[in-house]
Amino acid sequence: MQWFEQFLAAFLETGRNVMPIVIVIIFFQLLVIRKPLPHPGRTLLGFMNILIGITFFLDGLNIALFPLGELMAKQLSTPEFLNLSDNSETTDWQHYMWVYLFGACIGAATTLAEPSLLAVAIKAEEISSKSINAWGLRIAVALGVAIAIALGTFRIVTGTQLYYYVIAAYAIIAIQTVFAPKLMIGLALDVGGVTTSTVTVPIVTALGLSLATTLQGRDPLLDGFGLISLAMLLPCISVLAYAQLAEWLSKKRNLNHT
Amino acid sequence: MPSIKRFFKLIVNSCFDLLPILVVVLVFQLLVIQQPIPNVADLIAGCLFVVLGLTFFMLGLEQSLFPIGESMANAFARKGSVFWLLLFAFCLGFGSAVAEPSLIAVAQKAADIAGAAHFIENNLEAKSYYALTLRLTVAAAVGMAIVIGVLRIVIGWPLHYFIIGGYSIVTILAPFAPAEIVGIAFDSGGVATTTITVPLVTALGIGLANSIKGRNPITEGFGLIAFASLLPTICVMTFGIVT
Repeated sequence: MQWFEQFLAAFLETGRNVMPIVIVIIFFQLLVIRKPLPHPGRTLLGFMNILIGITFFLDGLNIALFPLGELMAKQLSTPEFLNLSDNSETTDWQHYMWVYLFGACIGAATTLAEPSLLAVAIKAEEISSKSINAWGLRIAVALGVAIAIALGTFRIVTGTQLYYYVIAAYAIIAIQTVFAPKLMIGLALDVGGVTTSTVTVPIVTALGLSLATTLQGRDPLLDGFGLISLAMLLPCISVLAYAQLAEWLSKKRNLNHT
Repeated sequence: MPSIKRFFKLIVNSCFDLLPILVVVLVFQLLVIQQPIPNVADLIAGCLFVVLGLTFFMLGLEQSLFPIGESMANAFARKGSVFWLLLFAFCLGFGSAVAEPSLIAVAQKAADIAGAAHFIENNLEAKSYYALTLRLTVAAAVGMAIVIGVLRIVIGWPLHYFIIGGYSIVTILAPFAPAEIVGIAFDSGGVATTTITVPLVTALGIGLANSIKGRNPITEGFGLIAFASLLPTICVMTFGIVT
């Protein structure tokens, strides 16, 4: 019964969040395009499916994965777990290897379950007539997010400026866009915004905040941020690198044949 | 019944999508932290919900969001009115960001920080005004981002000039913005890209590139989300400098 009430509340909230978009679509469809939707029944059914899907999805995450993820992030950054006897040692970054590893693994895993990335990967595979593989793309993105979270937790532990990391990532992406195959640039720049969505953001934010709370001399308000921005930038780099690698390999193969 | 078969195939796929998270959580909890799982019943129920949710979402995606985005893009291209297209693009971006829960949370947090650092008066009224202004700023930024992105597809400008230009602006702005706001500004780029907006906007871009002659949907159809995650950063930094 309690679950049902929770479910209903979550459903209504999801409905309220998408309301503005529904209004925009209906307004433009009826008043500007002035044609009925091609398949009204099917579209309505699909929209209900999406609402039900998102509600179930969020509810499931709230029941199972978010509490567990938060708990684990806390447990991994306690002094007892890290074997620290003396508080003065807490800023030594080498003590936190398990945190980096956990960050990398959970970042990659949540990326693979991200519905919006799934949607974009399917679309990319469809319009490229399968020359872009959906799973290949998702794994490349997951790898990028994994490196991003490991780097981001390292940044929180060492307390270095976020700005430098972001600028370095910008510089790498700018150089890559000059050399990478033109076909992939749009997609690669898009995936960064796509992966930071429903699943990844809450878990990664929880990790950053609990780490910044546990560490001495870190302010959760200031240092807890930044994981998301790295998780947005590094997948661009990894997808561009994947595209470059694929192009380079196929060139090499062609050279060998002739 | 092909649709039931499709449904089961989607359920199997969703299980595979969820599997990595489960493996990571279980391995770390049992082998590294060496603690029992606190609430096994909740974990199983939650995972069932996530799988069901993903399945329904994928089903609805194929039935509604992708077709709506593409059919509207086609209709606007046939109508040939750039004004209405751009207005639609703005409303779509603004509408998707303004009610987004994670944006509301980020705006609130930014107001708390600004209050604690005495940029604004540290009371409830000043803070909620600050949060609301910030939220509208970001939503307008996302709307503008989709407008610029759509205009780029229509005219056919190369994407990376815009992105490099945007990066340069952020690089220049960041040292002038208050340190407290920089972290939030960088993170705010992710907020506009929700589970509903992404498929809709992607379908819109690809549909437009498909219906305009001489545009390749792969090269030109993507890129709208890239703008939507860059422009909010610029706007929040500017907002931080101005206030």
